[in-house]
Amino acid sequence: MTFVKGYLIPRLIQYVLVIFLGLTAVFIIPRLTPSDPVNRTIIQLRSMGSYLDPASMNAFIEDLNELYGLTGSPLEQYGAFWTRLFKGNFGVSFFQFPTPVNQLIGVALPWTLGMLLTTTVLAWILGNIIGGLAGYFGRSRWSRVVDVCTMIIRPIPYYIFAFALMLLLAYVIPLFPVSGGIPIGRQFSWTLAYFLDVLKHAFLPALSLVLLGTAVWFQTMKLVVQNVNAEDFVQYAKFGGLRDRKIATRYVIRNAMLPQITSLALSIGQIFSGALITEIVFSYPGLGMLLYNAIITGDYNLIMGITALSIIGITTAIFVIDLLYPLFDPRVRYQ
Amino acid sequence: MKVLKDLFEDYRFVVSFTILCALLLLAILSLFSPHDPTLWGTAPRDIKPSWEHLFGTNSKGQDLFWQAAFAVRNSLIIALIAASLSRVIAVLVGMVAGYKGGMTGTVLMFFSDVFLVIPLFLIIVMLAMLVRERMNLVTLGLLLAAFGWSWDARVIRSQILSLRERGFTQTAVLSGTGTVRLVLNEYMPFTTPLIFSTLINNMAWVIGLEITLAFLGLVNMDIPTLGTMLQWAISYQAILLGYWWWIVTPIVLSVLLFVALYWLSVSISEYLDPRTRIQRVGA
Repeated sequence: MTFVKGYLIPRLIQYVLVIFLGLTAVFIIPRLTPSDPVNRTIIQLRSMGSYLDPASMNAFIEDLNELYGLTGSPLEQYGAFWTRLFKGNFGVSFFQFPTPVNQLIGVALPWTLGMLLTTTVLAWILGNIIGGLAGYFGRSRWSRVVDVCTMIIRPIPYYIFAFALMLLLAYVIPLFPVSGGIPIGRQFSWTLAYFLDVLKHAFLPALSLVLLGTAVWFQTMKLVVQNVNAEDFVQYAKFGGLRDRKIATRYVIRNAMLPQITSLALSIGQIFSGALITEIVFSYPGLGMLLYNAIITGDYNLIMGITALSIIGITTAIFVIDLLYPLFDPRVRYQ
Repeated sequence: MKVLKDLFEDYRFVVSFTILCALLLLAILSLFSPHDPTLWGTAPRDIKPSWEHLFGTNSKGQDLFWQAAFAVRNSLIIALIAASLSRVIAVLVGMVAGYKGGMTGTVLMFFSDVFLVIPLFLIIVMLAMLVRERMNLVTLGLLLAAFGWSWDARVIRSQILSLRERGFTQTAVLSGTGTVRLVLNEYMPFTTPLIFSTLINNMAWVIGLEITLAFLGLVNMDIPTLGTMLQWAISYQAILLGYWWWIVTPIVLSVLLFVALYWLSVSISEYLDPRTRIQRVGA
């Protein structure tokens, strides 16, 4: 019971409040703009050369107002916004006109999820293992070499790093395709060749995400391990003559993992933003690319849909990690 | 002086200090530029780096050396505006939340948690789209300042929390020191180094975000910054046309800047934390 009261409920309240505030921001921000999305849509349609007579133009404007949720007072709009969210309906995209936003996101989401989950987990595991070993055997030559490498990679932003990697491995040494998720015109099929093609296209964006992520986890893990190393129980294990490898894995790294789980929860938002940018650099057909097109065409509904979905997705991911935390740390479990 | 001497024994501090001095020099040189950086056609086009044009020239007919000087200067200006403003917010929030605590503290920390959890990049993109027409160095700085404070407020708060429990706080309060004087005279000396190291990190974050926003076309492309410089090179297909010097210049400059800022902050914060200092010396 204390677990529910002391751990679960405060986190649940926070989870709901964060989503509420985040989505409210998504509602307010586009409404601060002086330029009206309906007007903008009509101007853009005109510039494409379509002509409508005044009567049907008025009907069209009303339709658009309805679509963008701009009818009624701000409070009514706010109410309608939540009703639409609960129905999971984000309206119609402008950038591919009558297609619903949901459908566009549905097509893009598997690409992003696949890329993001694989690279995040891989980077976290790699960084923690290498960082843990480097922290424990800090004096050896290889750990210093890796340390300097990560010190150089870590501060570089996702965009610059992805771009530099693309220049190097797609233009200078053309090992991998420059962009895309699959060759243009290739139809989906359950064959090995298709699968290999997907992997080949995913390799460069994944590599840049994994390298950057590993560098970050390596650095923090190394620091944490160095701190745990100085604790009494590790000294005791050493004096007790336990094997080095056993001390490293069972005593040091296991304890150092705990703060790393918390940091994973805290940094998911950052990793997600970085993944979006990396997708744009490599024209990878996920949410990032969709966002880029939405920005270029000024497609508010699409941007709102992507942002709302990301806020819900990321807060949920953090909430789940928080809930799993007691499984790893008995001290939280029995409190 | 002893502090500097100690710091110079760390190779990372030496490297980052040298790079930053060189980049600052470049930025200062922009004051003596022979050309207006926004004008086109002030130099012959697409020339490889040579003694006359140190970094080469681009397809817009601009000397890349002077472009780079302006770019570094403007990126640093944005970073300084955003980072110092967000430091003010972070210090205020962190100190109030740490010293006052109670309901105010809980509410303040909840808001900084919200900022940590929400994908800020998307919110910043939405806001940048709104002010796209009026985007300049200052608006961009303000925009990024509004979002860059939450983590550092948390860090400052935890330091204040530990300072509050120390004996000298009790002494000061019991001998009648006001809250404002207590914070300014007694706490500031402890937190200043910390604030400085978060300032450097935040500057790097701002410069990186500026480059990303430029890539998305959300900043004013007429103002030369590291981001717009790279973006012009990409939009003129500099890679395909083989004008490597145009694309390599902003990338190398920004990588140098990021590495230098990061190494500076790491070496300073390691110096401030005696535990890691001892480990490094090997005592």
